[in-house]
Amino acid sequence: MRTVLGGIPLVGLALGVACSRPASETVKRPATVPAAIVESSGGKQISTAGSPLDQPLVVQVNDASGAPVAGQFTTAVTLPSMAGRYQITAATKGAEGKTIEMKVEERALGFEENLGRQLSDRYCARCHDPESTPERVSNSDNLTAKPHAFSDGAFLNKMTNADLSAIIGHGGPGLGKSAEMPPYGAVLNRAGINSLIAYIRAVSDPPYQPPREVVYGQK
Amino acid sequence: MAIRQRLGGLRKTLFGDSARAFSTLGIILLVELAAVPARDHFREWYGIQKNYLRLISGRDDAATLRRHFEPGIHQIWIPELSVVDRCDTCHAGLKEASLRGVETQPFRPHPAIPHSLEEFGCVMCHRGQGPATTSEEAHSSSNAWEEPLLPARYDESSCGQCHMDQPVATPRLNAGRTLLARYGCVHCHTLAYPDGVKPSADDDPPPLTHIAEKTTREWIYAWIKNPQAYSSTATMPNFQLSDADARDISAFLIAQSTPLAGEAATVSAAKPAAADANALQAGSSAYGESFCASCHAIQNAAGLKGIGDVGPELTRVGTKVKPEWLRQWVKNPKLYDPSTKMPHYRFDDKQLSLIAGFLESKTDSDFMANVSLQPVTSQQASHGKILVTEMGCASCHEINGVRKPENFAPDLTAVGSRPLAKIVFLPGMEHALPAYIEAKIKQPRSFGSALKMPQFNLATAQVEDLVTALLAQTERAAKLPGNLRIASHPASNYEPSGPAGRLMRDLNCFSCHSINGRGGDMAPDLTWEGSAVERDWLFKFFKNPNTLRPALIRRMPKFNLTDQEANTLSDYILTVYQSPAFDRDSVQTAADPATIERGRQLFYSKYACQSCHIVDPQKDKGYIGPTLTQVGLRMTASWIFHWLKSPQTLRPSTLEPDWQMSDADAGALTAFLMSQKSPGAKQEAKR
Repeated sequence: MRTVLGGIPLVGLALGVACSRPASETVKRPATVPAAIVESSGGKQISTAGSPLDQPLVVQVNDASGAPVAGQFTTAVTLPSMAGRYQITAATKGAEGKTIEMKVEERALGFEENLGRQLSDRYCARCHDPESTPERVSNSDNLTAKPHAFSDGAFLNKMTNADLSAIIGHGGPGLGKSAEMPPYGAVLNRAGINSLIAYIRAVSDPPYQPPREVVYGQK
Repeated sequence: MAIRQRLGGLRKTLFGDSARAFSTLGIILLVELAAVPARDHFREWYGIQKNYLRLISGRDDAATLRRHFEPGIHQIWIPELSVVDRCDTCHAGLKEASLRGVETQPFRPHPAIPHSLEEFGCVMCHRGQGPATTSEEAHSSSNAWEEPLLPARYDESSCGQCHMDQPVATPRLNAGRTLLARYGCVHCHTLAYPDGVKPSADDDPPPLTHIAEKTTREWIYAWIKNPQAYSSTATMPNFQLSDADARDISAFLIAQSTPLAGEAATVSAAKPAAADANALQAGSSAYGESFCASCHAIQNAAGLKGIGDVGPELTRVGTKVKPEWLRQWVKNPKLYDPSTKMPHYRFDDKQLSLIAGFLESKTDSDFMANVSLQPVTSQQASHGKILVTEMGCASCHEINGVRKPENFAPDLTAVGSRPLAKIVFLPGMEHALPAYIEAKIKQPRSFGSALKMPQFNLATAQVEDLVTALLAQTERAAKLPGNLRIASHPASNYEPSGPAGRLMRDLNCFSCHSINGRGGDMAPDLTWEGSAVERDWLFKFFKNPNTLRPALIRRMPKFNLTDQEANTLSDYILTVYQSPAFDRDSVQTAADPATIERGRQLFYSKYACQSCHIVDPQKDKGYIGPTLTQVGLRMTASWIFHWLKSPQTLRPSTLEPDWQMSDADAGALTAFLMSQKSPGAKQEAKR
């Protein structure tokens, strides 16, 4: 996992500015003291590396009783140009100058994962995404064996790349699972299946940890 | 004196006799020779290579990685692509898949892509100064290098140098190229893709030759002042006109309009609009039943617009058009605009007055609230004509007395290689081409208020898509060897012939359906439809289209075709749109109960077709594919059989998986499907 300490500067700044009020003499010190930062929306988004996120990141600073200190802070975030998971840190100063932090994860997709995302939108999402949109009604509820959402890391992380490749290429029966999952081995090529796997790994929650490769040979 | 003596002594010591001189010179030469590699030692890349060796030394696979590593400067030289790059001198782990997970740059391995480094090099995709040997020179744009590294968000533009075929992997490039057509950029700008193909605009700007029949001068005034105030999705850009200019242009546009003649003439003695709530309700239903919403959006009370984005938004159409024109248009749009994408519905008078009445009720009194225009003076009209000519309105619209200008805007064919020295940047702007193009599209007039390019209403992502498409227009792309180019699907100008062809043009089938490579993608491709369906079914479907795909919002509308028209179309489709791959009557299904039963079992267990299709409405729920309750009446056995065998050969874009099915399985499934002739259990129960 790629960690950006200090946050993507924008978020740090927005909150830094908003919460450095005690230091400023012109602005009245807020009556309440920040105790926690909570995410309102915009976490766990998926975007292409180097591109802005679709939705802005919105966070809220609360005091000890859970009431907002000064409304919400909205920040447009552009992810760096390397694919990976990024942690964005929002920070502010609490009581007695203590730093309060909150981390939000966003994912940037590289070329292969992006291709996987396109193929997934076309071939997989109709069943594997339980959410419906006006353009695409989800078929998930119509199936006896419920398809796993691609973000379902608790389940999908246990499957190896070879397992995923088998089930995509040969359908559910390829792995002793439901025939409701059809085979796409003749429709997608090898690169397509690999990119789908890369996409599934990129969006899994909790994050996927690749198995340590065993190297036979002398050090 | 003392110094001189000492120097003389030194000279004697070093060069006193020939042996001494020789050895001294030898030492100097040796030191010089040693300095050359020592200078390399202090080069940036040397340190980076040392860091790489340090990075790999602790790893399990260190031996392998070290074997792959070659010290010194590396160079990839591909003369036919004019690629020279030395990037992997520092990016030493580019090809090491086992370094996946390493986060330190410049040692991350390259993610999997379909091209190899040796074939294309790095600068082909990432741009940058390939031959440079310092990281600053190679990447940065700070010293006004002609070719700085491409920002990652525009990477797909490099794919566009060879790929004209809209690959799945480049959504931004494809979206950008679609936007070039959708927003009509190519009306004014000349643009040829690297393979020489010139894209055509598909924004379909209406002709203005009879505009006075359609709308009022007040509406034109308010519209050209700010098209997005009328409809936020309007593709017409904002020309930021002054009140006086808008007044004069609207005056000229009304003045140049000629009345329609013959059948097209609008009947001014139209019936008064039905205003009662019942009629509006019925009109709304008729609008819905005719699936107008497949193409048009109307904003509802909740602010939702629906999915229609082919035709204009109709939320305020009652404010725009004259009632008599609207009736005439809904009755037969082709009479006013022969090139419109809207089909000619055969509405009867009742439907016509319901739908027109419903649309007339869609008004917004705020839109023209502040518009009050004095009567036109001839001076205003003639000034309007000058403005219309200067601003290039005729690039998009047909206007009486103004010719379409040639080469109105700069040629964009090589815009991706525009030399930075020829660009005037705004103060504070990054001195790089992508930033410049971005700013030009976002706010063209910020480069000078006298510039003609109007303000387009684009989201940030759309601007980036457009920049991606434009950055693909490089000089390198134009000079690439032809065998590298992947051509676009050639634009087809297929025209069906005869009476059926006339009918198909009248109904604008191609707005939604594609046949022989021409047409829209909203509805199924009909190229081989004649092999697929039964004639009786097709005739009935034309007369009264029923729902085949329950999950879709866009459906085939009922055009009120006469029996004769439905027959003409059915006959034509059945004879002409036949697949050469198989004979329509070649597969006879075995109707014996055992085979049908086997097919049923295959359907429900081995292939689990019920995941996506419905055969028994009581039990099956899948609604991705079409409903198959009456498929035995709808489709031919040959089509079903060949479809099951290999769906993508018959319709390349279908989602149906290719099961690589055996003949026996496909035969049994075909027999089962052909036995599905009843309208489904629901209606049987009713009986």
